[in-house]
Amino acid sequence: MENFSLILAIVVVTALAFDFTNGFHDTANAMATTISTGALKPKVAVAMSAVLNLAGAFLSVEVANTISKGLVDETGIRPEVIFAALVGAILWNLLTWLVGLPSSSSHALMGGLIGATIASAGMGAVHGDVLVTKVLIPALAAPVVAGLAALLATRLSYTLGKKADGKAAEKGYRAGQIASAGLVSLAHGTNDAQKTMGIITLALVAGGAVSPDSDPPTWVILSAGLAIALGTYLGGWRIIRTMGKGLTELQPQQGFAAQTSAATVILASSHLGFSLSTTHSVSGSVMGAGLGRKGGVVRWSTATRMLVAWCLTLPAAALVGAGAESVTDLGDWGTAVVAVFLVAASAAIWKISRREVVDASNVNESEEPAGVVTTAIAAVTPPPTGTVTEGLTATIPAPASVTAAPDPATPPAAAV
Amino acid sequence: MKIDWAALGSVFGVSLAVTVGLVALFTLGIMGLSRRERAVAQGNSASLAVAGAYVAFAGCVAAVAYGIHLVVAKA
Repeated sequence: MENFSLILAIVVVTALAFDFTNGFHDTANAMATTISTGALKPKVAVAMSAVLNLAGAFLSVEVANTISKGLVDETGIRPEVIFAALVGAILWNLLTWLVGLPSSSSHALMGGLIGATIASAGMGAVHGDVLVTKVLIPALAAPVVAGLAALLATRLSYTLGKKADGKAAEKGYRAGQIASAGLVSLAHGTNDAQKTMGIITLALVAGGAVSPDSDPPTWVILSAGLAIALGTYLGGWRIIRTMGKGLTELQPQQGFAAQTSAATVILASSHLGFSLSTTHSVSGSVMGAGLGRKGGVVRWSTATRMLVAWCLTLPAAALVGAGAESVTDLGDWGTAVVAVFLVAASAAIWKISRREVVDASNVNESEEPAGVVTTAIAAVTPPPTGTVTEGLTATIPAPASVTAAPDPATPPAAAV
Repeated sequence: MKIDWAALGSVFGVSLAVTVGLVALFTLGIMGLSRRERAVAQGNSASLAVAGAYVAFAGCVAAVAYGIHLVVAKA
C-alpha cells in the first residue's frame, strides 16, 4: 500500500465521482417511462433502480479491463491522463444534466479519454477506425433499432389490445413496465459500474498498487457499486422529466413497449457483441413508442436538442479532457489546479441548478408547453406519423437551450 | 476499418423480433385477463381465456429470466 500515491487517490475519488454522475444521469434510462406513466411513484422507482444497479455491480466478476475498447493506445497510460479524462466526462455529465438532456455517459468518458490521450501522446495514439466502428456507428444504430422496435410493438399492442381495458389491463401493463425497467437497471449496473471498476483498477495497475491482470479488489467493487447506486437514488430528475414527459406523452401501453424494446436492444446488443448505448436505445424507443400510437406526438424540438447534445458529447468532453491533461502536465500544482477547478465547476453547476429545482415532486410536470403548432396539429388531425415528422420539424424553432449547452462547455477549455 | 455488419444486422433482427413478440404475447395475456374481468362482471367465467393469459405471462416471465441469465452469464 505504500505505493498508494496522492495522484492515485485523486484518480480513485474522481472515478467514483464519475460513477456517481453516471448513476444519476442514467436513472432516466430505466425509470423515466415508469415514472411518467405512473406505474411507480418517483421515489420508489429510483430506489428500486438503485438497488438493482448495486446488485448488477456485484453480479459481474469479469474485469472491464479495456475501458477504452481499444479506442486509444493504453500502453503507458498515466494516472494523470485518466484523471484528465474523468474531469472531462464529469463536467459534461453535469452540464447535460443541468439542461436536462440525456446523453451517453460512455461517450463522455471516451471523449475525455480521447482528448486527454491526444494532449498527452499526440494524435497517433487514438485509433480513428475504432472510433467509427465502436462509437459512431452504434450511436447511429441504437436509436433507430430501438425506435423501430418500439414503434412496431406499440402499433401491435394497440391493435391487438383494443379490447384490453379496465383494471386488469392497467395493472398488467404496470407490472410489465416495472419488470422491463428492472431489467434495464440491472444491465446498467453490470455494464456501467463495471466500467468504473475497470478505470480504478487500471489506475491502480498504472500506479503500481496492484499487480497487472489482477481482479479489482473488493473495496473497489463495493465502492463503485455504492457510488452508482447512490447516484441513481438521488435521481437525475431533470433528465427523467425530459425523457418521460418532454419527448412525448406516454400511455402505459407505450411505456411498456418502449421499456421492453430498450431492454431487449441493450441485452441483445451486448450479448451479440455490438454494444449499443443505453441512453441512445432508451431515447430512441421512447420516440418510437410516441410515434406508434395514433395521434401520438413527438416533440421534435426536444429531440433535436437531444441530438445536438449527443453530437457534442464526444468533442466537448475531449476538449475538457485535453485542457485538463495539458494543465496536469505542468506538474503537481497543475493537477491540483485541475482538481480545484473540477470541484468549483461542479459546485457552480449545482448552484445554478438550484434556481429551478426539479425533484420527485414536480418530475411529471411537463417541462415546456408543447409549441402552438404541435398542439394545433395534435388537436386537428390524428395524423399519420410520417407527415407529422415533416410538419413539425419545419415549424418549431430550436429553443434557446441548444445554444446554452455548448457555451458553458467552452470556458473550461478557455480557462486552462 | 471493418464494420461488423453481421453483428449489427443480427442485433437489429433479434431486437425487433423479440420486442414485437414479447409485447404481443404480453398483450394477449392482458386481453385474457380483461376478458375475465368482463365475464365476471356478467356472472360468467372465462377459464380458457384465463388459462391462455397465464400461458402468455409464463412466456414473458421466461423471457425476463433469460434476460437476467444473459446479464449474469456475460460476467
